[in-house]
Amino acid sequence: MFRLEPRPQASAFWSLASPLLALAVTVVIGTLLFLALGKDPVRGLQVFFWEPVKTPYALGELMVKATPLLLIALGLAVCFRSNVWNIGAEGQFVIGAIFAGGVALLAGKDSSRWIVLAILLAGLAGGMLWAGVTALLRDRFNANEILVSLMLVYVAEQLLFYLVFGPWKDPGGFNFPQTRTFESVTQVPRLMQGSRVSIGLLVALAGVAVLWVYLFRTRAGFAQQVGGLAPAAARYAGFSSRRALWTALLVSGGAAGVAGALEVAGPIGQLTPYVPAGYGFAAIIVAFVGRLHPVGMVFSAILMSMFYIGGELAQSRLGLPKSLTGVFQGLLLFTLLACDTLLAYRVRWAALPRAA
Amino acid sequence: MESYALLLAATLNAGTVLAIAALGLLVNEKAGIVNLGAEGMMLCAALAGFATVVHTGSDALGFVAGAAAGALLAAVFGLLVIWLNTNQYATGLALSLFGAGFSAFAGTGYVQAKLPERAQFSIPVLGDLPLVGPALFRQHPMVYAAIALALGLVWFLYRSRAGLVLRSVGESPESAHALGYPVRRIRLLAVVAGGALCGLAGAYLAVIYTPLWVEGMVAGRGWIALALTTFATWRPARVLLGAYLFGGVTMLQFHLQGAGVEVASQFLTMLPYVATIVVLALISRNPAWIRVNMPASLGKPFHPGS
Repeated sequence: MFRLEPRPQASAFWSLASPLLALAVTVVIGTLLFLALGKDPVRGLQVFFWEPVKTPYALGELMVKATPLLLIALGLAVCFRSNVWNIGAEGQFVIGAIFAGGVALLAGKDSSRWIVLAILLAGLAGGMLWAGVTALLRDRFNANEILVSLMLVYVAEQLLFYLVFGPWKDPGGFNFPQTRTFESVTQVPRLMQGSRVSIGLLVALAGVAVLWVYLFRTRAGFAQQVGGLAPAAARYAGFSSRRALWTALLVSGGAAGVAGALEVAGPIGQLTPYVPAGYGFAAIIVAFVGRLHPVGMVFSAILMSMFYIGGELAQSRLGLPKSLTGVFQGLLLFTLLACDTLLAYRVRWAALPRAA
Repeated sequence: MESYALLLAATLNAGTVLAIAALGLLVNEKAGIVNLGAEGMMLCAALAGFATVVHTGSDALGFVAGAAAGALLAAVFGLLVIWLNTNQYATGLALSLFGAGFSAFAGTGYVQAKLPERAQFSIPVLGDLPLVGPALFRQHPMVYAAIALALGLVWFLYRSRAGLVLRSVGESPESAHALGYPVRRIRLLAVVAGGALCGLAGAYLAVIYTPLWVEGMVAGRGWIALALTTFATWRPARVLLGAYLFGGVTMLQFHLQGAGVEVASQFLTMLPYVATIVVLALISRNPAWIRVNMPASLGKPFHPGS
């Protein structure tokens, strides 16, 4: 029988080691899964962990997918640190994409290059608006933010479907449910030739720096987090929980909205029913695996991006369903939560007391 | 069949899925545990139930498989949350994300599968009544089972000793522990029972209600079921009422489309989700009302001996 013994202090060692242990356990389970499917596990692991970093082009693709994940996760970290459970980032991402797409559709061939800025701001506004609905209902009506933000994901998706099947459908698109392709002037500038990596990556990295300073070097960032850790202490110190709620939701909604804008004005280049790719949900895992720490989330975003690319490669190379990505993502969060027990507890093996 | 009878029949059908899942979550929450994994459990159970019926042709086995899948996933969740003291919200979320991924992955082979024809159920004599007969008495037995389950839970929670112990574990685990009740074991049992019922609901959805398998087919019903427990302020009879109300809203969209209402179908599909948001906001407005019936330790971890 093993017993959990509370530690006097959270273990600093396990705080870093637990995500690695969780990854190791996920890899072991993945290997068993490949064996069970009758696939070569070495080949499977290669597809997930080696192919995505093998060539400069592959590395670029890794960054393309890591960018939205990182951006969304940065915002979610503000939420989760202040104990606001926004799990509707997917919806905020979609509305950001719709707002950005709306502006992009207004652009003509001779539009100014600055329209990209308007597109990103529209995405920001869309995401903030959608998260603001959750904040308002929580603030005014005490409605559970988990359920409201999640229900709004379904509403956002239906809005997108309505637009691409209805008023915004490309008349010359052979009846495909999609808008016309955005003018090239709306394309978010790329960082270098031969790769799809855009300035979105810089935006995300700037976000990392801003979040780090905000969380660890400003009074406002400190106040934001106290409410999540010790609500009574926060009240005593006069920190407003309403302000924390609104800040958390607007920041995370805005970040998800910008991520949506960067996607449609970047790699996708039009609105389609496939805009919601699950980044909003995967970013929740990115946030937890990255320990809600700005730098930690850079690593976990790259890891989660590997899972995305691995899933696509597993489909084309190994004939496995793409949804393998979701299996690995869910498994990783599960094992991480289990491994995190080691932060607060020591495992002691204790012999069962003998019956007298 | 009359169109209103048809609407009523469909409402009962749609409400049954929500009712069974929400009643399971109610048991779960009465013991003080929130399981946000309902959506994931229902998806895996829907697949398990559907696949079992495809292979065996037996609906009963399909329901058993669905309930077993839900119970198994709930047990994993319960062990993490109750013994390893992981965060309930995060762990439930992990279960939902895993369930969505796993069911999509394992279910690819069943997307085209067809179920064998099933006999119509009809209660003799009553089923032949004009108008109400087809609406109320030609339903799948599971529809009546859901009603029986709600009534049974009212008795269990408020009239039986075991129900009292279950509630005390959700209200004050410390006191229950001091009285010598195995708090963690009782909570695990409640979580597994909740998972089994969510599983049953998922199986009903895929085997009887739809009946087919598509990726993500639960489409938020697990989350709506979670909202229903709040909506019902944790009373079984109100859960039932709420479930039929939401079932009605879900069905209304088809009815409106059939009646030739000029609204884009996407806005009709939105209805149940928007209704959930509106109802949640209205119900939650009065914190006192919620708190009266909410299990006092809902969502709070309990570690004996620390």
